[in-house]
Amino acid sequence: MTFKTEEIDELLPLPPATFHILIALAEEDRHGYAIILKVAARTGGATQLSAGTLYRSIQRMQEQGLIVETRDRPAPEEDDERRRYYRVTPFGLAVARAEARRLTQMVRLARACGLAPERI
Amino acid sequence: MGLYRALLRLYPASFRGEYRDELCAVFAERRRRTSGVGPVAVLWLDAIRDVFVNAARVHADILRQDLRYARRSLTRTPGFALTAVLVIALGIGANSAVFSLTDQVFLRPLPYADSDRLVKVWENVPGYTRMETSAPNFVDWRRMSRSFTAMGAFQGLSRNLVGGTEPRLLEGATVDANVLRMLGVPPRLGRLFTDEDDRPGAPATVVLSYALWRSEFSGRADVLGTRLRLDGTEHLVIGVMPPAFMFPTRTVQMWTPLQLDLAEDTDRDNNYLHVLARLKPEMSLEAAQAEMNIVTERLERDYPKENLRTRATVHSLRDQVPAQNRLMLVGLAGASFCVLLIACTNLASLLLTRVLRRRKELAMRTALGAGRERLVRQLLTESLVLALLGGLLGVAVAIVAVPLLARLVPPTLPVAEATAVDLRVWIFAAIATLATGLGFGVVPAVRVASDRDLSGLREGSRGGAGGRTERLRALLVSAEVAASIVLLISAGLLIRALWRVQAVDPGFYTAGVAAVQTPLPREKYAATGRRVDLYSRILSDVRALPGVTSAAYISSLPMVLRGGIWPVEVEGASTVPDDLRGQRAASLRYVTPGFFSTLQIPLGQGRDISESDAQNAPGVAVISESFARRYWPGQDPLGKRFTFAFLPRTVVGVVGDIRVRGLERESEPQVYLSYQQVPDGAIRFYVPKELVVRSSTEAIALLPAVRAIIRKTDPELPISAARTLQDVVDADTASRVTQLRVLAAFAALSLLLAGIGLHGLLSFAVSQRVPEISLRMALGARGRDVLALVLGQTLLLAVAGAIIGMALAYAAGRWMQGLLFGIQPGDLVTFSTAAGVALLMTISGSLLPALRAVRVDPATVLRSE
Repeated sequence: MTFKTEEIDELLPLPPATFHILIALAEEDRHGYAIILKVAARTGGATQLSAGTLYRSIQRMQEQGLIVETRDRPAPEEDDERRRYYRVTPFGLAVARAEARRLTQMVRLARACGLAPERI
Repeated sequence: MGLYRALLRLYPASFRGEYRDELCAVFAERRRRTSGVGPVAVLWLDAIRDVFVNAARVHADILRQDLRYARRSLTRTPGFALTAVLVIALGIGANSAVFSLTDQVFLRPLPYADSDRLVKVWENVPGYTRMETSAPNFVDWRRMSRSFTAMGAFQGLSRNLVGGTEPRLLEGATVDANVLRMLGVPPRLGRLFTDEDDRPGAPATVVLSYALWRSEFSGRADVLGTRLRLDGTEHLVIGVMPPAFMFPTRTVQMWTPLQLDLAEDTDRDNNYLHVLARLKPEMSLEAAQAEMNIVTERLERDYPKENLRTRATVHSLRDQVPAQNRLMLVGLAGASFCVLLIACTNLASLLLTRVLRRRKELAMRTALGAGRERLVRQLLTESLVLALLGGLLGVAVAIVAVPLLARLVPPTLPVAEATAVDLRVWIFAAIATLATGLGFGVVPAVRVASDRDLSGLREGSRGGAGGRTERLRALLVSAEVAASIVLLISAGLLIRALWRVQAVDPGFYTAGVAAVQTPLPREKYAATGRRVDLYSRILSDVRALPGVTSAAYISSLPMVLRGGIWPVEVEGASTVPDDLRGQRAASLRYVTPGFFSTLQIPLGQGRDISESDAQNAPGVAVISESFARRYWPGQDPLGKRFTFAFLPRTVVGVVGDIRVRGLERESEPQVYLSYQQVPDGAIRFYVPKELVVRSSTEAIALLPAVRAIIRKTDPELPISAARTLQDVVDADTASRVTQLRVLAAFAALSLLLAGIGLHGLLSFAVSQRVPEISLRMALGARGRDVLALVLGQTLLLAVAGAIIGMALAYAAGRWMQGLLFGIQPGDLVTFSTAAGVALLMTISGSLLPALRAVRVDPATVLRSE
């Protein structure tokens, strides 16, 4: 599936919380608290999303079409019916990819000026 | 958990509804994994901070969205947006302008230290509640009273400044040493008067106003110690006041010490001093008044003749606004509020129509999941955006309008005439804007909010749009009609009052008369002989000008000096009872021969003042008819004698009465004395200084030639005013005219708004009823029936509004009866005219939609149904 570049560019650069959430949802559908845990684990505890930041981001990302609430539930023994699960949309993936590309280019630029180490 | 839930209420309802359970679940999870008092406390602090920060962000997100949406929806309907903004701008502008005025006159503290402790003490005799007092009485008041920390006296005194290119008159005040000190405003340069400066015979000193310092000394810092030649005396400049300082009125340019000489100034009937005092901190106005009553009772016992029934009244210095000005300003405030109310009502009605037109769109948004709260919020944002734009434009309107209202600031107050649109006005405008935005936004918003499952908004529910909404709009329109009727009738009553005032015969004819004021330098013209010489030279030259038929000098023109009264003592057994002390006064004027013919005041009996009534000849007087009636009813007044202004006078002539105190007030009887019989060096205030010239040509055209003659005769004689006599009479009604213009503009505006409101209501009603009308027409109804159907309802609304409006207008008329000059608050002419105008407005407002209804083509409409 392809998306118009303007549509994607309009959203860039992504707020850090949004980018983190997209990455966390890239592997699998998650509920809110799981996203917080995943982001924390990924960043070694450096990024702790607060509940408010999370759901405010989720609301906006849903409006922007980056993620959707999914009806697929995990196995009943793991499920808690109060929980809502979110899934990244193809558009969300495209935006995440574009953001990653943008960041890579930024790093490349920085490196050319001697501002970053040769290898990450 | 309950606490956390409560905290979540900070989020907008839409967000809360969506995520509350999730947020609670996350918090519960975190709480489960935390133990220990410290970590739990940290968790809570974190949660609180998180909610506050993110709730604000979510609100901001919504606001941004709503603003974007409002911009789009308003730019799609620019006609509506423009109308709304203009209407609000006019409403807010009118209110801000009137507020800046009322603030200046009533609310803002006067520009002195602790100004609410400052009072004026007036002498109070039967017939005159606020009169100046005499020097001996003032000194006794000060000595005997204990309520004040200080008491001082002052008097307005203008002086001629000589030495520049042209002599000019400086408006000033002579003040005793206490007055400036009491006001508590430090000088910008130099010092204020000391007791030493105020001693009789002390060297002449002067304190300059900031404006005079700038204009006369270009703001030079070394002005202190220089000398200013005022009326032939060198005055040492000892101080300069700061720019905002004014006392006792805004026009005063300099202050000189009063130097009260109690050895000379012993006459308790010579009332010329204003008294300023500062209340002791613990002292109330009432207590001070009570004490002054005791003081003046004692003074009456001590001086039973001069102080008969003489009391003193204590008024706050703020409280110097004449009752008429007060009524006018409060009336205008009420009227501008009416305009704003009508504007709001109209906008509410417009927005309501808009909401109904947007049913489809709103229903769509509800279907897409927008909660009621979001719709209400969206509508309120839109109306606030409109209000904000209108408010900004409104302040611009106020900035333009404020100078036009300046005439309504009474000259008796020490406040600036040109009121500035400053922070206070901005704050007022902001509050008014907010109130307006909410006021007219809330009606449609509530309508949307209270509509159960938005059934009224659902496509196709055409009857549903009527019902309550229609009734609400009908109510709004009736209210508009009522308010505009109130304004219309008030304006009408005041117009009738103005006409009646202007129709009052002042007792003299203004056509072709020019008046030039030439205050005489005091020292140079102290001797009567010198003055007589000056007048005769000027008058003979002026009379020789082509077109001039007569010319004369008088102390002061009627309506320029309204007071200038003097006690009358009639020889022999007086027919006037003693206890009417206040009534035994007459206005005193000195005139040259020819004054009566110049103003065409009819000479009923006897003769005019003549040149033979010289300084040493027996004192003569020409009296007005009312004077003769009062003292010698039914007798021949010629040859009667009375004592007036220190000397015995014999009546030689009787002339018609004139309106000295202005067109609207009864005046004291008038006495005219010979200009040659002003005692040397006394009664200086009454020395003739107004030159009146009647010509057969245009009065204004004479002024340059008259000026040239005065300059030629005495180059040191300043000309402080040059105008036609008609200007003087017009100035008497100027504040009425200003107020009326504003009120009439308000009335016209409200009428227009009400018309727009009616038009909007009817257009919408017709568009809603097109199918019904078609059906009726298909069933045989004719155009006339349809017209009656459509118009009947509007007329009913208009009539209901008009009846309520008339009742309110009658109440308003009774309240401002003091301004009506005898016109009845229920004046039939005004009421019926207003009713006619309102009917015209109703018809013109409903004409277009009614015609549209008649032109409905039943076939087309019914086919599409």
